[in-house]
Amino acid sequence: MERKKDNPIVSLVSRTVSPFIMLFALYVIFHGHYSPGGGFQGGTMLAAAFILIRLSLGMETSQLQFKSSWATPLGSAGVLIYFGTGLVALLFGGNFLDYGFIPFTGTVAENRSIGILCIEIGVAIAVMAIMVSIYDDLLKGSPDD
Amino acid sequence: MNWEIEIVLFICLLIAAFVSLYVKNLLTAVITLSVFSFFSALIYVAMGAIDVGFTEAVVGAGITGVLLIIAIYRTNRRSSD
Repeated sequence: MERKKDNPIVSLVSRTVSPFIMLFALYVIFHGHYSPGGGFQGGTMLAAAFILIRLSLGMETSQLQFKSSWATPLGSAGVLIYFGTGLVALLFGGNFLDYGFIPFTGTVAENRSIGILCIEIGVAIAVMAIMVSIYDDLLKGSPDD
Repeated sequence: MNWEIEIVLFICLLIAAFVSLYVKNLLTAVITLSVFSFFSALIYVAMGAIDVGFTEAVVGAGITGVLLIIAIYRTNRRSSD
């Protein structure tokens, strides 16, 4: 984006706030199965933390945090986690995405809890990578990206 | 139940919507669109749909504003009509 000169206040505030946004996003993801929130909201908040760094510090500096070339492999990995959980449930004799059949622990209820957590993590990784990828593609080719 | 809060929020929502429609400066329009999104998220929460309100607050007030500001940065800042 447009950067006339490095503003110390903007860079310091964004660098201080961004880890707390990421921490709250992880809280939203990992508590998504029994409270409001979940994979999509948490992934979007993670992407917002990355985009805040990209907006304030510029594209070259933020490549140290999250490279643009990581976005497509991470998005594919998120979709793979989602479908892999469903296929493992299919392998153990249940229906597709029937987490009760995956033998994480002893009881069916705990299996369902851990299974939906895997789904949330996959969705969050995919949404985060694709949001950052959309931002990078919109800025590609501009004079000071 | 809490219909007074909902009426106040709905009036603020209408004001934000009309300002965002009729203002000439497109950057102001984007900011008031984010305000519109935030008020609609508050209305969702007041009506009991906390999950929908959370999604609206994160996507509408967070990501959409940034993407529209990039679109304005790549084109013109003033509306031509």
